[in-house]
Amino acid sequence: MENSPRLSVKDLTVQFVTKTGCFTAVDQLSFDINAGQTMGLVGESGSGKSVTALALMGLVPSSSGTIKGQQVMFQGRNLLGLSEKQMRLLRGNRISMIFQEPMTALNPVFRVGTQVAEVLRLHKKMPKRLAWQRTIELFDSVGITEPEQKVRSYPHQLSGGQQQRVMIAMAIACEPDLLICDEPTTALDVTIQKQVLILLKRLQQEMGMSMLFISHDLGVVAEVADHVLVMYRSQLVEQGSVEKIFTRAEHPYTQGLLACRPQLGNNPKRLLTVTDFVDTANEKALSVNKERLKPQVKEDKSDLPTLLRVDHLTTMFPIKGGLLGRTVDHFKAVDGVSFDVKCGETLGLVGESGSGKTTLGRTILRLQQASSGHVFYDGIDLFAQNKNEMRAMRSRMQIIFQDPYAALNPRMRVDQALIEPLVLHGLKKSQNQQQAQAVHLLEQVGLSSDALYRYPHEFSGGQRQRICIARALAVEPEFIVCDESVSALDVSVQAQVLNLLKDLQDELSLTYIFISHDLSVVQFMADRVAVMKQGQLVELNSAENIFNNPKHPYTKGLINAIPKPPDYGECLQ
Amino acid sequence: MITLVVKRLLLALPVLWLILTLTFFLLRAAPGGPFDSERSLAPEIEAQVVAKYRLDLPLYLQYGQYLGQVLVGDFGPSYQYPDVSVNQLLASGLPVSLTLGFWALLLALTIGIPLGVWAALHQGQWQDTTAMVVAVGGISVPNYVVGPMLIAWLAVTWRWLPAGGWQGGEWDHLLLPIMTLALPFIAYIARLMRVAVIDVWQQPFIQVALAKGLSIKQVMIRHALRPAFLPVLSYLGPAAVALMTGSVVIEQIFGLPGLGRYFVQGALNRDYTLVMAVVLWVGLLTVIFNLLVDVFSFLLYPKLRTQEETS
Repeated sequence: MENSPRLSVKDLTVQFVTKTGCFTAVDQLSFDINAGQTMGLVGESGSGKSVTALALMGLVPSSSGTIKGQQVMFQGRNLLGLSEKQMRLLRGNRISMIFQEPMTALNPVFRVGTQVAEVLRLHKKMPKRLAWQRTIELFDSVGITEPEQKVRSYPHQLSGGQQQRVMIAMAIACEPDLLICDEPTTALDVTIQKQVLILLKRLQQEMGMSMLFISHDLGVVAEVADHVLVMYRSQLVEQGSVEKIFTRAEHPYTQGLLACRPQLGNNPKRLLTVTDFVDTANEKALSVNKERLKPQVKEDKSDLPTLLRVDHLTTMFPIKGGLLGRTVDHFKAVDGVSFDVKCGETLGLVGESGSGKTTLGRTILRLQQASSGHVFYDGIDLFAQNKNEMRAMRSRMQIIFQDPYAALNPRMRVDQALIEPLVLHGLKKSQNQQQAQAVHLLEQVGLSSDALYRYPHEFSGGQRQRICIARALAVEPEFIVCDESVSALDVSVQAQVLNLLKDLQDELSLTYIFISHDLSVVQFMADRVAVMKQGQLVELNSAENIFNNPKHPYTKGLINAIPKPPDYGECLQ
Repeated sequence: MITLVVKRLLLALPVLWLILTLTFFLLRAAPGGPFDSERSLAPEIEAQVVAKYRLDLPLYLQYGQYLGQVLVGDFGPSYQYPDVSVNQLLASGLPVSLTLGFWALLLALTIGIPLGVWAALHQGQWQDTTAMVVAVGGISVPNYVVGPMLIAWLAVTWRWLPAGGWQGGEWDHLLLPIMTLALPFIAYIARLMRVAVIDVWQQPFIQVALAKGLSIKQVMIRHALRPAFLPVLSYLGPAAVALMTGSVVIEQIFGLPGLGRYFVQGALNRDYTLVMAVVLWVGLLTVIFNLLVDVFSFLLYPKLRTQEETS
């Protein structure tokens, strides 16, 4: 019994019937997971990773999806042959799952303790008080401080990291034999991600669980997994030990995935992308890339004229209370920040969520009212501008947001979204000119003109972000704030968008403030880096100095938390 | 929580005062008066009547006097029903309207919610379509059609129920008007609930609940219903007010002595005091029910509490 794998999947196929026909989400997938083993499952969004997880849980909706598998053997039983009732006895008990978005994965109307205790009451038939007691112990074991108080909290009262710990407590409550983690850290900050990964690894060892760890990010998978499966377009394209995947990857997709993630210490002019490996059997593209892969030479831009000067900027949010809703206190989101940005430079802005990065970006653009301080743009005091003057200034400064799904109006066609800023600023008068400009913008961001008459939902995340970039470029700005603009994208798509931003900067001599919680991305993009913590600027230096010689302990912590590829001596290429 | 209730009640006073003042002066601004009729009175008699009701005083004095009266709970005499005070009229009409409204609300919830959930669970299937066609019917067929139809079937043809009358609130007399009154609300609640359940069912926490090993029924009852109830709850405030302030049409069809008819008759007859009282009553109910809805929202949806505290 112990010699046979704990989970053995053979020829698992999942198909969905859609309006346009039959779509195969998982195509003849086969793999084994042994007792106590952690299996990584890597692939981009839409590659079938999550559907695989749902199929193992028996949660593929029967109305639209069909599972055509040979067998999924779990502890000697074929899961595909079990009734719904039998599956329910396994779910949350012997096999459990952790989901991506901890915020939405917890029911907002119940206390978190109740939600964890529910599992114990369901599977272990524990009486209420005992289940509650055990829940407190579980909270303690997943590293939640003050568990007695925290069990009584509602989900919105916890931070993202704490919420994910609650989800983990829920999943391990019955000491499952198999734990499926579906992108458990993608929505978290790097520092929190590190803590959660360490926790998962510890629990796995303590309880002897087998784990299936799903992620789009090979770096994260390498931190926890022994063995890796790589999925591409619904199929398993490669599998092997972590060492084999990182040193001797065979499939072009895996090679691309390894190459496209920006890494500390390895800083090419442009990032390789997955398409460089997968779609180019033609040597031409790769040879073009040779030039692009040379290390970046970051010039000293301190002699260049100053475009933006931020002077003791403070942004406060009122905290209201009492019977009449008076302002009782203030929360300083940005606290006395000063810095300059030179023409044509990229200033990276890093820090954990809640550190004030986004508020700072918004305040600079006057999308958020500042409490005190000044912002001088090209010598002009932005806060002294009246409404009309400010509107004119807006054509010179733009912002690209994090979530390309939320940043585009779903009822506006792409051409409408692109032409609206042209009309607002009176840039192109005739309809023909506007149309031509929209086409030109799309070409600039690498989309073809047939995108014009389509709606945002017809595009992938990466394409949508390109549209957002095109929209920002419409008014021909000099200065763009990129607020976590690649954080919602897969690593492979992220590389393409980062390259695009770099290309555009060269082409149009743009100046960026690049806000991100991901330091490896910032290292690739930025000339100088500013580190924020609790509203204050704790360190500002050239990118090279920040990464090679961080001064502030907080900066050091951030850098340490970045998932690093395992060191197998000579790596990649 | 208590702060919220106190805050809202304090806020209700100026709101009610504003309603009172606006209605008072708007009514006086409308042409005609309570004693204008086709056959005009002799001038001296009219003068006496006007003096009796103090309508000869300057407007601001009338307003002041009226305000003073209302503060001690006296809505004055009716101008149209001699020898009866408005308080007496309200006392006779209110119990009827409140009883009808309360049961209709209860009926609307007990049928509307399960109907909506049932439709949502069978989204896109025949059960869903049927339920929603019926719901659209319930909203779009007017009560002056539904009422007589129910009377024709249940009272006249099958003789199951009496066709009308109040009879001190006997339950068999109440059934038909309650059904007629509740029908559009049943339909509306069913539609709201259906959309909300479908929406909540897409949420990740539902998948998490399923992954715990709960059955679909358990997930629906324990995890989906409460979040999905929020839109219905918000709708219940205005719905309760509409139900409990009486409906002229239903009172006419079923011969019920409710509050609704005073609204229409009072306005037509320029029965100033009666209209004022009914308007204030509606205003008061609106304030109370919206407060109740807020209190329930707070109890059921913890996230709203922090939003209120921080905003």
